Parts: sequence; C-alpha cells; structure tokens
Amino acid sequence: MIHFSPAELEPAPAAVRAALGLKRGVEPSPRSEELLRRALDLFRGLAAPAAVVKPVTAEEFATVFAGRGGNEPRAPLAGIYPRAGRLHLFAFTLGEPLGAEIGRLFAGDFALGAVLDAVASQAAENAARVAERWSESLPVPGAGDGGPWRCFLYSPGYCGWHVSGQEALFAALRPETIGIRLNASFLMTPLKSVSGVLVAGPAAIHRLEASYPFCARCTSPACQERSLAAPPA
Amino acid sequence: MSILNEISQRLEEGDDAAVPRLVGEALAGGLAAKAVLDDGLIAGMNVVGGRFRDREIFLPDVLLAARAMYAGLDVLKPLLERAGVASRGRVVIGSVHGDLHDIGKNLVGIMLKGAGFEVIDLGHDVPAARFVAVARERDARVIGMSALLTTTMPVMKEVVDLLARENLRGRVRTIVGGAPVSAEYAAEIGADAYGYDCAQAVERVKELAGA
Ligand code: B1M
Repeated sequence: MIHFSPAELEPAPAAVRAALGLKRGVEPSPRSEELLRRALDLFRGLAAPAAVVKPVTAEEFATVFAGRGGNEPRAPLAGIYPRAGRLHLFAFTLGEPLGAEIGRLFAGDFALGAVLDAVASQAAENAARVAERWSESLPVPGAGDGGPWRCFLYSPGYCGWHVSGQEALFAALRPETIGIRLNASFLMTPLKSVSGVLVAGPAAIHRLEASYPFCARCTSPACQERSLAAPPA
Repeated sequence: MSILNEISQRLEEGDDAAVPRLVGEALAGGLAAKAVLDDGLIAGMNVVGGRFRDREIFLPDVLLAARAMYAGLDVLKPLLERAGVASRGRVVIGSVHGDLHDIGKNLVGIMLKGAGFEVIDLGHDVPAARFVAVARERDARVIGMSALLTTTMPVMKEVVDLLARENLRGRVRTIVGGAPVSAEYAAEIGADAYGYDCAQAVERVKELAGA
C-alpha cells in the first residue's frame, strides 16, 4: 500500500497557474491569486487520497493489457512492459468530497470552482509521480542491472492503450475497495482518479524510438518528454 | 470616464461589488437597460474575451469578469424582461451521454451567457434524445455538445442524426468541442461547427445563431 498525504500531493501554485493558461512571464492578477489561495485551502481540507496497488507478472499483465482488443496495433507499452523488472497495477482517487465541492461551486462561485478543479487535477497527476517514486524506492532484485531503475505510470487512454482497457484493469485490481467505480464509457467516479500500470526497470526501457500515428492527436505528450529524459536503449 | 466605460472597466477587473452598484447608478441616471447591457457589460466581456484569446490574461480572470457580469445582469434582468429585450438566442448545452467531464462545457456556458445568450445547461451524461427534445421544446437555435473521451464522442453524431431524422437540421444548428474532438471530426459527423476553446465556441455560436 502506498501512503499519500494531501501535503505531498498539493500542487505548486506555479503548476496550477500554468494549467489554467497563465503565460510565462505574465503576472497573475491579485484577485486570481486570492482565488488560488482559497482553492488550495479547500483542497487541504477536502482531499481524501486513497490508492490500491497490486504486483503482477508480465504474463498476468499481458491479459490486462489486451483488454477488449481495442489497443492500437503498435502501442509503445507492448514493447516496454515485457522488459520491465517490476509491474504494479495502480489506482488512485482524491475521494468524493472534493469532487462534490467542485460541482457545488460551479453552480455558485464558478471562478473558485474552476481553480479548485485545476488544483485537484494537478494533485491527481502528482499522485502518479508519488507512486512512481514509491516503486523506484523498492529494492532492485539482482542489484544494479542497467543502473538505478526508473518507474513510469502508463494509463489506459494514453499511448495506444485503449481506454476500454480500464475494464480488465478494474477486474484485476478491484479499485472498488477504495470507492472508485467505472461507468459504461470507462470513466471513473470520483472524477479526480487515475489508474494504470507502474512499470519499473532500467531507464532505457522507457525510451520511445518511433513516433506513432496517434501521437499527432495527443494533447498530453508527457511520455515523449520522459522518454527523452531516458538514455537510449 | 463615462459610467458605461467605468462599468466595462470594473467588469474587466472582475470587481463584482462595483459592477452591480454602477449598473444601478447608470439606470438611476436615466440610461436604458439595453444600453447598459450592450455598451457596459457585453462591451467589457468582449474586451475580456479578446485578451483571453491573445493570452494576455488567463482563465481565472475571465471567470472573475463573468462573475461580475452576472452580478450586473441580476440588476438588469427584471428591466430587460419588462422591456421585452430578447437574448441573442437560446443555446442548449451539455456533456454527452457517458461523459462526466463538465468543466469545459461549464466554461463554454459561462462565456455564452457573458455574450448575451440564454443558456439551457443540461449538465453531464446527457442522452442524444434529451438534447433534441429540449432544443425543440424550448425553441433553441443551437445545441452545444462537449466530450472529453473518444468513447463518448459518437453520441455527438447521434444528436446530429436525430436532428436530421426529425427534420430539425436547418432550424437547430450544432457545435461540438472537447479535448479529443477536432474540426475534422465535426465535419465528418455533420456538425455545423467546432469550438477549440470557450472563446472560439462563442464566436462560432454567434455565427450559427446569426447574432
Ligand atoms: C459546445 O462547444 C464546445 C466548444 C468547446 C469546448 C466544448 C464544447 N467543451 C470543451 N471545449 C473546449 O473549451 C474548454 C475550455 O476552453 C476546453 O474544455 P476541456 O474540458 O478540454 O478543458 C478543461 C477546461 C481543462 N481540461 C481538463 O480538465 C482535461 C485535461 C487533461 C490533461 C486531463 C486531466 C487534467 C485529467 N485526467 Co484525463 N485528462 C485528459 C485531458 C487532456 C487534454 N489536454 O485535454 C484526458 C481527457 N484524459 C484522458 C484519460 C485517458 C484519463 N484521464 C484521467 C484522469 C485525469 C486527471 C484526474 C489526472 C485529470 C482531471 C480530469 C478532470 N477533467 O477532472 C483518467 C480518467 C479519469 C476518470 N475519472 O475516469 C484517464 C482515463 C487516465 C487513467 N487511466 O487514469 C484522455 C481521454 C482519452 C480518450 N481516449 O478518451 C485525455 C484526452 C488525455 C489524453 N489521452 O490525451 C476545450 O476542450
């Protein structure tokens, strides 16, 4: 089990401003800063983070990854996970109260609601980073093969792993135990939740050599950035 | 500075205490409610929309301005209704069936209201038949649909097809948006417009509604 505290998930103000579209070098207005301060206060009071993790073998993960068969023919993860040293299925939620408050604010104080939404989205992204560091902190079997291990979270809905893969992931991991439910379009409730597989191994396994057709449509090229940070295989 | 300019300026600053007070003063000074709306509130919101498009300001500033606009509108509304001043048109919006993401849709609604449209927000998880039924019942000119998942995008086509089957295609126009949606997809399913973001959505809805 990974322990999460709201404090370590709390996003840096600069990250929230950037997510809300503040251009670099532009000073935020005092009123928007006041909203951000109030949103961070609400986040501290309402976030109820919870996560489940489950170790799986590459063979077990193959079934999860195949899902309903909706993946792209050439999905990067297909080449990455068989070379991993360690795989964990993972799901995380910030809990129901935060989502309920965002919904409530949108009906009244929508400016604060939108900023709280951005704070919570960033915090959910941060949870993935905390989980990755947790996996990296586990002992490396056979010590030091290929240098220190790097772990990244790969999620259904990204990088050619079809979002319908959520179904098989849920069947194997059972995130219902921490209150995450899946709807018919494979969306999780509470909304501020993330899922996927934590893939740990030598940094080079995460390197993407090719560019894939679906990358052109992607608006969140985080995998490209982290791939570039990994040394060539 | 004229009182209308001052209303615009306070609105741009997101001052939701000053705007309704100034609107009250403008009305007490003999200005018509329609003039206060067009040349004070909407004029200010137009400036905000332009600065947002040019990325001079960011989303919270737009929402603060919209909040100030709503506070001003609350003062004007009874007078506008009494004077029979029509809105720029009625727009039905919602996140499509299966989709719970509604922040983008909410922003589009806020900006449309700010631009003078009457917005009927059906919320999230809205089935195709409901979009069409409400548009027909309320005589809306435009249906705006938002989807954040590739798995929910096909509902947009269901709405367009249903409008065609019910011979409403010319009367009720459609606009689609959301992260995985594109102008190409909008064209492919026969939607009338695509909005990349909430500012563009307002421009497209103005064109669709002929406003
Ligand atoms: C009517 O006319 C119009 C006109 C314009 C319209 C319009 C209607 N509707 C919207 N617009 C437009 O105007 C608005 C503002 O100007 C914009 O509205 P948006 O709603 O797009 O923008 C909002 C204001 C801010 N944007 C957002 O809130 C979404 C941003 C991105 C990066 C995103 C975020 C932040 C998050 N996510 Co996730 N997330 C992504 C998104 C990728 C992206 N770049 O958009 C998307 C939506 N997510 C995705 C996925 C897969 C997921 N996410 C997940 C989780 C998360 C976070 C929790 C980390 C976080 C919060 C989500 C939330 N909204 O609460 C998971 C699902 C969560 C769940 N509950 O089920 C998960 C399933 C991943 C996982 N397995 O964990 C992808 C869906 C892909 C697909 N195949 O369907 C995704 C497109 C990313 C990607 N792959 O590129 C425009 O689109």
